[in-house]
Amino acid sequence: MSTLTIENLSMRFDLPNGEHVQALKDVSLELGTGELMSVLGPSGCGKTTLLNIVAGFLAPTEGQITLSGHKVSGPDAERGMVFQQGALFEWMSVRDNVSFGPRMRGQRKAEYKETVDHLLEVVGLKDFKEKAVYELSGGMQQRVALARCLANDPDVILMDEPLGALDALTREKMQGLVLKLWKETGKTIILITHSVEEALLLGERLLVMAPRPGRIHKEYRLPFADNGVGKDLREVKKDPEFAVKREEILSMIWDMEEEIMGRSEGAGA
Amino acid sequence: MTLLLIYVAVFAVAFAVVRLGLKRMMERHDFTSLKTVTFGDESAVRPDRWASVISVITIFLLWGAFTGSSWVPVHAPGPFVGDTEFTYTLEAPDGRTDDATIFARVFRVGDDVQEREIEPGEGFAKNDTITVGAWRSDLILMDRNDEVTRKDGAQVIAVDGKPITPGKTVRVDDGKVVMSSKGSLNFSPAKGMQMEPIWLPPPEDVVARVGEISREGYQNFTLWEHLYWSLYRVIVGFFFGALVGIPLGYAMGLSDWFRGWFDPIVEFMRPVPPLALIPLVIIWAGIGESGKIILLFLAALWIMTISARAGVSGVAISKVHAAYSLGASKWQLMRHVIMPNSLPEIFTGARVAMGVCWGTVVAAELVAAEKGAGMMIMVASRFQLTDIVIMGIILIGIIGYGIDILMRKAEAWLVPWKGKI
Repeated sequence: MSTLTIENLSMRFDLPNGEHVQALKDVSLELGTGELMSVLGPSGCGKTTLLNIVAGFLAPTEGQITLSGHKVSGPDAERGMVFQQGALFEWMSVRDNVSFGPRMRGQRKAEYKETVDHLLEVVGLKDFKEKAVYELSGGMQQRVALARCLANDPDVILMDEPLGALDALTREKMQGLVLKLWKETGKTIILITHSVEEALLLGERLLVMAPRPGRIHKEYRLPFADNGVGKDLREVKKDPEFAVKREEILSMIWDMEEEIMGRSEGAGA
Repeated sequence: MTLLLIYVAVFAVAFAVVRLGLKRMMERHDFTSLKTVTFGDESAVRPDRWASVISVITIFLLWGAFTGSSWVPVHAPGPFVGDTEFTYTLEAPDGRTDDATIFARVFRVGDDVQEREIEPGEGFAKNDTITVGAWRSDLILMDRNDEVTRKDGAQVIAVDGKPITPGKTVRVDDGKVVMSSKGSLNFSPAKGMQMEPIWLPPPEDVVARVGEISREGYQNFTLWEHLYWSLYRVIVGFFFGALVGIPLGYAMGLSDWFRGWFDPIVEFMRPVPPLALIPLVIIWAGIGESGKIILLFLAALWIMTISARAGVSGVAISKVHAAYSLGASKWQLMRHVIMPNSLPEIFTGARVAMGVCWGTVVAAELVAAEKGAGMMIMVASRFQLTDIVIMGIILIGIIGYGIDILMRKAEAWLVPWKGKI
């Protein structure tokens, strides 16, 4: 069992002028195998910091993260990462990008070829294997990034606004793909997003974070991700419950934004 | 001045003819040519190849026309060559005056010349004969054979009937006459508008020199040997500069300590022009091969170091994070991410470094060398062999341009993703 446990995580940066920034304060949560949790929050709420700590790129000032019982202390292949864009290797073909993880672990071509070919087929890039990544569209590039992450067979996949740079139509298609891959592979996924709709559609669990200090504001358990697998996501959005939740979360985040604005205006005056 | 006006006129006429005449006949319908807003849209400005061809031809035609080249049908007026004459009026101390004629023969310098046979003429002032080289002038001691001379108090009061005094100039047929402060006459035949070969030889002389020097050599080495040695120094110096500079740049991009240690050295050495190091390198290593190569090594080193450092700094952090989360080790990150990602920067640096090295080697050879393109033109200039100097400059330019084109081809081949990220 690969349970991801986050315990009392706090993150405090010292600024050169002697002040501190409390990026995260007392964040605790537990994520079971195969759970997909989306994370929402206004800018500055520490969601990317949280993801970077889970990925092992940052060390927290307090608290700890354990995955399957062992402590997380640095980046590792067990925790895969999908970035917004620009994280593909332009000097490699699509196939070499996808097979990067297995190759780094010293696998031979015969060992990884089948996985890589299968994944490229799943993401619909079978005919683009030999292309250079800069020849692909933005949506195709993100599909390569998903396949590259999956080729490594990580226990947890961390997604940092993976669809943020795509146009609305491509984004909808990709949301369907993410759901499909999640169900097929049974991976534990943390997905950071700015879009409330995307968080509702994809998140089995939804975490709303609040800023200053970055903390968990509210958590939801949602039925939409399970309902949406293999379906037209536009149908899911028509669910009256979906609209209710969307309004609730939107006004929650809106209030937080207003509070930040008011506070900084007060500080300015 | 005239030359500039002609050049501007050719520019304008060629523009009018090509743009208004020929372009009508070969309209294209690709994306750019269908744009209506082109003034201000930099991407719509493509070099007009007709303009490039006409530009190069114009330079050669003007060069030929103003040097009397036999390859060019039209010439600017040349210097006067042939026989001409003018008279001077001598006034004796007692007030008598007498006219005499000076018969001048203007010849091309280098041709054989014979003085003209003349009659001494009537009166106390006698006729004279002189020979003058084209573009030169000649001081005439016109009263040398006269019955009354300047020693007796006689003086020249007019040339061709026009009054003249010391310091004044009188125009005569085919030239001008200046009276010196001592009262003698100085004749300069008309120079025309062509350049004297010693300033600018015609193109055919330069081409003939290429043939001659590539066969017989100049200063103990043939033309190709001179060029080979210059190129050899550049390549060896650049090679070692890159060999040391690229790893050093990587180290500076990857380690705090290396960055701190070498930053002051690199930042200090970078703005020092390599030419300023020539004297020190000559003191330390002499004027032989090793000195040249050390100089070029130093010229290339800092450029390559800085470009490799920039290449490492330019790696998007998401690529590094992605590689680590995919299980790459430090060495694998270096080999598969940092090195390929820095190639575009390194190539840009290499192009700059090769250009600087080529400039530096020529300059170093100008100062002191036994062989090489720069040494060849420097020695030639001391002997006023302008054709060799011009030939050398053209070949140095062609080779420098060739190096840059080769580097660009290599870049397009090795770094196809450059500029597409």
